[in-house]
Amino acid sequence: MSVSPTPRTRRPLSDRNITLLFIMPTMVILVLMNVYPLFYSLYLSFTDYSVISAEPPKWIGLENYTTILSDQRFWSHFAVTGRFAFLSVGLQMLVGFGLALLIREKFRGSGLVTTLILVPMMLSPVVVGVFWRLMFNPSYGIFNYLLGFTDINTAPEWLGQPVLALWAIVIVDVWMWSPFVMLLSLAGLSAIPNYLYEAAAIDRAGAWFQFRRITLPQVMPLLLIAVLFRTIEALKQFDLVMGITGGGPGDATEMVSVRLYREAFQGQFDTGLSSALAYIVLIVIVAISNLYIRQLNKVREG
Amino acid sequence: MSGIRLEGITKRFGDLTALRDLSLTVHDGEFFVLLGPTGAGKTTTLRVIAGLERQEEGAVYFDEHLMNEIPPADRDTAFVFQQYSLYPNMTVYENMAFPLKSPLRNLDKGEIDRRIRETAEKLRIGQLLDRKTANLSGGEMQRVSIGRAIVREPRVFLMDEPLSNLDAKLRESLRVELEHLQKTQGITTIFVTHDQIEALTMADRLAVLNEGRIVQVGTPEDIYDRPATTFVAQLVGTPRINLIEAQRRNGVLKMSKGAVELPYADSAVSLPETFLLGIRPEDITLRADGEFTGEVVLTEPLGVETIIHLKTGEERLLAVVAGTKQIAIGETVSFGVVTDHLHFFGADQKRLGEAGGE
Repeated sequence: MSVSPTPRTRRPLSDRNITLLFIMPTMVILVLMNVYPLFYSLYLSFTDYSVISAEPPKWIGLENYTTILSDQRFWSHFAVTGRFAFLSVGLQMLVGFGLALLIREKFRGSGLVTTLILVPMMLSPVVVGVFWRLMFNPSYGIFNYLLGFTDINTAPEWLGQPVLALWAIVIVDVWMWSPFVMLLSLAGLSAIPNYLYEAAAIDRAGAWFQFRRITLPQVMPLLLIAVLFRTIEALKQFDLVMGITGGGPGDATEMVSVRLYREAFQGQFDTGLSSALAYIVLIVIVAISNLYIRQLNKVREG
Repeated sequence: MSGIRLEGITKRFGDLTALRDLSLTVHDGEFFVLLGPTGAGKTTTLRVIAGLERQEEGAVYFDEHLMNEIPPADRDTAFVFQQYSLYPNMTVYENMAFPLKSPLRNLDKGEIDRRIRETAEKLRIGQLLDRKTANLSGGEMQRVSIGRAIVREPRVFLMDEPLSNLDAKLRESLRVELEHLQKTQGITTIFVTHDQIEALTMADRLAVLNEGRIVQVGTPEDIYDRPATTFVAQLVGTPRINLIEAQRRNGVLKMSKGAVELPYADSAVSLPETFLLGIRPEDITLRADGEFTGEVVLTEPLGVETIIHLKTGEERLLAVVAGTKQIAIGETVSFGVVTDHLHFFGADQKRLGEAGGE
């Protein structure tokens, strides 16, 4: 007698289980790579700890935060970062939006020109930084020559003077990221229907009026998004500084993230202090972003 | 207010010729309609008048002033676009104030306010003045666009299918309002539409356009009763006119494929051997003592009238009867033809005899 194999009845997966099955891997990775480090570093920010020492983290409460907030040098890093963000984002908005207005009208080869303008954005920031450092060099750099300074003795020393060094980084950042603002602005401009301008022309509106009452309000949401992105990036600025000035001269261009890097990975590897600093930067960025987003929603609602 | 004259306007877009040697006169204070199918050049004509497009050849006159070199702003026209071209981020009031605030006009605040409230009253949008335009319905938006156009009392109103984006009910009521407004204000109005009902009901005179040319200009009666070509005959009137191949033989008109024979009154038009016979559906009357018979193929009851598709011989005819009529499909009915309103077209599609209008 042969025993016929009884087919094992397999319970079909419920929709809910399938959902969980698909989501789980992502959740696991997210927790391991993001959530856990986030909270672990929050814990570390309240401890005295260095990754290169054998000592376990020692709880010291808010001491890291008070150290940072009462140290004049940290405040000056924040000031430099803020000044950089303000100048850099402001100029990028002006240059980027200006370029967008110029390139908005289609002409022969406008596609090619647009692509060429976008090139700086695609380069690696470290490479950009190193090349611009060479271009800023007072003895063999081309930058001063292009500006018309041919005598080494009178030419400005871009990377040697505190104020100019900050401007040098601003110039490079503007060169690199204005195209991004231009791209967003172009998207906004192309969404404005032409009949609005035609209606305005028939209504005898002047060019300035058309710009202020039609163009600007219509592009505003995208401009604010550009400001948001660029501000966050500027507050985190690291690679260009390292490539161009390395934080110098002195600590004139030492921005928060550069200092953070030094605390975390140079000298004493002060992991606790640098975690606290990282959290302060995070809170500042989240706060500023929130202000922008609130403004953005207001503009969207009209 | 002013009359408008177009002389020999030709407008090309690349290889496409939108308008070919178009000439047109619109009298002062007239409600003039440009009627035609999509792509006929109606909107282009309007844009040339407004100065939004520059014609390659020809001249635009407002009264006796040549406007060719005058920019749109200085032509003092008001344009209502097919899309509701309201300025976003502005309230209804600000939108309507916009054309008045132009420094070229130099109106004081009180005067602007007075005009806006008066216009809003007329268009029944008074309660919307403080609303942002983004929150308005389509009908409200188009009312505001019209309001923005009339608030400044322009020389000419140019309207590019302003009603076509609205639903049927709203279109009807706004149509009546527009007509009333034009009649009371007496401002020269040029109104573009592809809707023959709009054209016939609103126009003092209308021009029928096709492929960048004017086919016929005249009053609605001219266009409907004496269409210049088969194109015009088919464009106006619903249901569509019956166009039948017919022959003249021994003093009678005979449909080539149908059984219908009509007496030929010599006095009317001198007809060639073969021609196209046009009979409006309302001129085919169903009655018990009708001379002809046909089989009912289809009925379309519309409430106020019923369209009846008849088959007589090999010919299909449309007839209209008043009210809803219970006629079974397949039934044989008798019908007559009102012979006073027959239309005759030659092989070139042109009307034989006198066409209506200019």
